[in-house]
Amino acid sequence: MTITTHVKTGTASDVLRHIDWRQYVVYIGFVVVFAYFAITQAGNFLNTTTLVNIITQAAPITVMAVGAVFVLSVGEIDLSIGSTVALASLGSAVTLQATHQWWLAALAGLAIGAGVGAVNGIFITLVRLPSFLVTLATMGLVAGLAQQATNLQSVPVTNSAFGWLFGGGTLLGIPILIWWTVVIVAIGWHVLRQRSFGAHVLAVGNKSSAAAVSGIRVNRVKMVVFIVSGMAAALAGLLYAGRLAGATYTLGSSDLMSVLAAVIVGGTSLTGGKGSIIGALVGSLFMSMINYGLLLGGLNVAQQLIVRGIIILAAVSLSLRAKKNS
Amino acid sequence: MIIADPTSTPKPNDGTVKPLRLDGISKHFGGIVAIKRFDLEIEPGEIVALVGDNGAGKSTLVKIISGLYQPTDGEIWLNGERTIFRDASDARTKGVEVVYQDLALVDLQPVYMNLFLGRELRKAPFGTLDRKEMATRTQALVDELDVRIPSAKSTLSDLSGGQRQGIAIARATHWASSLVLMDEPTAALGVAETAKVEETILKLKERGAAVLVVSHNMEQVFRIADRVTVLRRGTQVGTRRVADTSHNELISMITGLAS
Repeated sequence: MTITTHVKTGTASDVLRHIDWRQYVVYIGFVVVFAYFAITQAGNFLNTTTLVNIITQAAPITVMAVGAVFVLSVGEIDLSIGSTVALASLGSAVTLQATHQWWLAALAGLAIGAGVGAVNGIFITLVRLPSFLVTLATMGLVAGLAQQATNLQSVPVTNSAFGWLFGGGTLLGIPILIWWTVVIVAIGWHVLRQRSFGAHVLAVGNKSSAAAVSGIRVNRVKMVVFIVSGMAAALAGLLYAGRLAGATYTLGSSDLMSVLAAVIVGGTSLTGGKGSIIGALVGSLFMSMINYGLLLGGLNVAQQLIVRGIIILAAVSLSLRAKKNS
Repeated sequence: MIIADPTSTPKPNDGTVKPLRLDGISKHFGGIVAIKRFDLEIEPGEIVALVGDNGAGKSTLVKIISGLYQPTDGEIWLNGERTIFRDASDARTKGVEVVYQDLALVDLQPVYMNLFLGRELRKAPFGTLDRKEMATRTQALVDELDVRIPSAKSTLSDLSGGQRQGIAIARATHWASSLVLMDEPTAALGVAETAKVEETILKLKERGAAVLVVSHNMEQVFRIADRVTVLRRGTQVGTRRVADTSHNELISMITGLAS
């Protein structure tokens, strides 16, 4: 009996230690890298412009990361978000050219995102295929549609209201992209932590059979999550189109890795049941900060890719290793 | 809910409502008869054991009572009202709670979330989760049932198998207005944990719950049940008061061989 008690206490403290690790890896990494750049780049890095740039550059990734936290928490994956960014931004830009109505353009973009998400959701819940395969297929399909749509041509965005709302605007002296970041993160955090829906997402991702016998409609939850993910990607597309004053089929094509890295480094489980919106935000800012710091450090694009890859690998191994035993 | 006095045996209260009454339940799968005319009444504060060999029809009966199957014939009455279960969640809405063998709990969530999963408490004005209230009520319930856990806020994966089964039973108790149905509640547990879970089941009896427990374990049936009903190849061989029967009689009823 004493032995049992002893073993039990040991396990419990082990678990605690691992949970602490997992929670803090991204925050510790953020602080360490921040301090490193602050010391080595001094005034180049530590100024308002740089800090604002880090957040605004990260805005589309942050928005997609919030969607991805829900997808991973429900135990699935969405590989199609990068292609959805391209198709939604093009659809939005074309609508804007035709109608000159910023809100119609925004609606068109979001509807495309919701549509892609719904198609993913239908194949995953009703046809019962693994989300990895479904979204791998739609990733290619949607990228093809985006290329076909305007025959590889870029579409300019000249509407000033659209440009203000999704790109260069400021509200109360704060850039609009920071507002988007704050609003989307706040909504994501609220829904995941404070609402029944968030609890259902985590329960389905943890053990869908247990969720089902508790009266949770598993397919409905997954369907909503994929639509949300598609719409988050579409909003990211609008943010690109607004900031770059144009849309093209290559938008978002390299974002999938950044989004997944941000989310996983931020403490969201790859296998479902555990997700952190704040962690994803910090993860996203972490990626953005690395990009920016390396740029300031004078590294060329190839060197940036290498260093970024190493840092992501290190951060992911730290956060996943810590998770293994818990 | 009628709370029975724990010091006295459950009152027969004939003529009043029974939490569960099964009347001539049968189930056919094509030409195969899985259950042939099954009758049972359970009193508040009574534990009835359902025993039988593998393939005797126990799990079919469990699935009928939990709403997963519709009976081919016969009636289900809950608290004096005839009812038909459309599906498992309909049965749950009508007050039948099932404790599953494979623990229908989510490991990464706190105990209180498990207790309220699918029926979370929310608070005004925005309908956000009322975690505090859920934790408070969970703590009160586990204290009452004497399920010893570190805290209602503990993560489920930090608990032992016995503690988890205790939580599963507490959840069923909390929501059951008619019947708690347990399918081999201690099959996966060791001796000490089984004893603890049996204590919890006896606590349900004190609270006046009607409990139907499927068990393979004869000693357990004698330890916790008031009555026992025996299925053999889909036929209800008989129902006995545990006090009036013996191990040997039950075995011969189950196997169909004279002892």
